[in-house]
Amino acid sequence: MLRVGEALIEKIHEHGARDYPNECCGALLGNDEGANRTVLGLVPLVNQRNDSPRNRFSITADDVRLAEKEASAKGWELIGWYHSHPDSPARPSEFDREHAWPWYSYIIFQVEKGEPREMRSWRLDDDRVKYQEEGIEFISSVPR
Amino acid sequence: MGVKVIIPTPLRQFAGKRESVDLEANTVAEALGSLTSQFGELKKHLYSDDGRLRSFVNVYVNDEDIRYLQKEKTTLQQGDTISIVPSIAGGTE
Ligand SMILES: [Zn+2]
Repeated sequence: MLRVGEALIEKIHEHGARDYPNECCGALLGNDEGANRTVLGLVPLVNQRNDSPRNRFSITADDVRLAEKEASAKGWELIGWYHSHPDSPARPSEFDREHAWPWYSYIIFQVEKGEPREMRSWRLDDDRVKYQEEGIEFISSVPR
Repeated sequence: MGVKVIIPTPLRQFAGKRESVDLEANTVAEALGSLTSQFGELKKHLYSDDGRLRSFVNVYVNDEDIRYLQKEKTTLQQGDTISIVPSIAGGTE
């Protein structure tokens, strides 16, 4: 289960709406307690796929290292990533799967005509063949 | 050369839960070869089926991207630190 505070959900939604019709992306920082994870902060990032930003996103290794540093400065971990699917369902594409690693939580949310819609979270199986959906628990305030 | 490979958090579960692995290698290719022969489960997350490093897998020697060195042929010095960092990519269908 991935627990996400409503304020952070709102920030992710705003990011997706702002960048529509392009894909938005960012890092999820928080705690990994084994079966449960809690998102405590975000690092919104710039989609570097200038050639086809409407159906692709990319985050450079430098931005990944930046997000890792930000997480460890707060005593958290970099637990995953979020990205939007403009006018497309909130499920991982084959392209997503080819570029994923297990362990990370991948939040995907649909932005339909500029409006944020369904949000789901996914984790890749260890054999890389398919994803398992990870339930999102929306919480009103983030426990410390 | 004795070098250290830092294992990224998502892959630690495939490397005996270690944060880093010390090994002997003269090149980056040797270091990654030794790492993946010790921990076979790591292989499919670092390499694609054609045996090449996955496009989103980046390797650094002491903070220098090997793409700007001699790639996997980059030679190592005693005490070098190798980091494996993903770049993140995806999209819709
Ligand atoms: Zn996607």
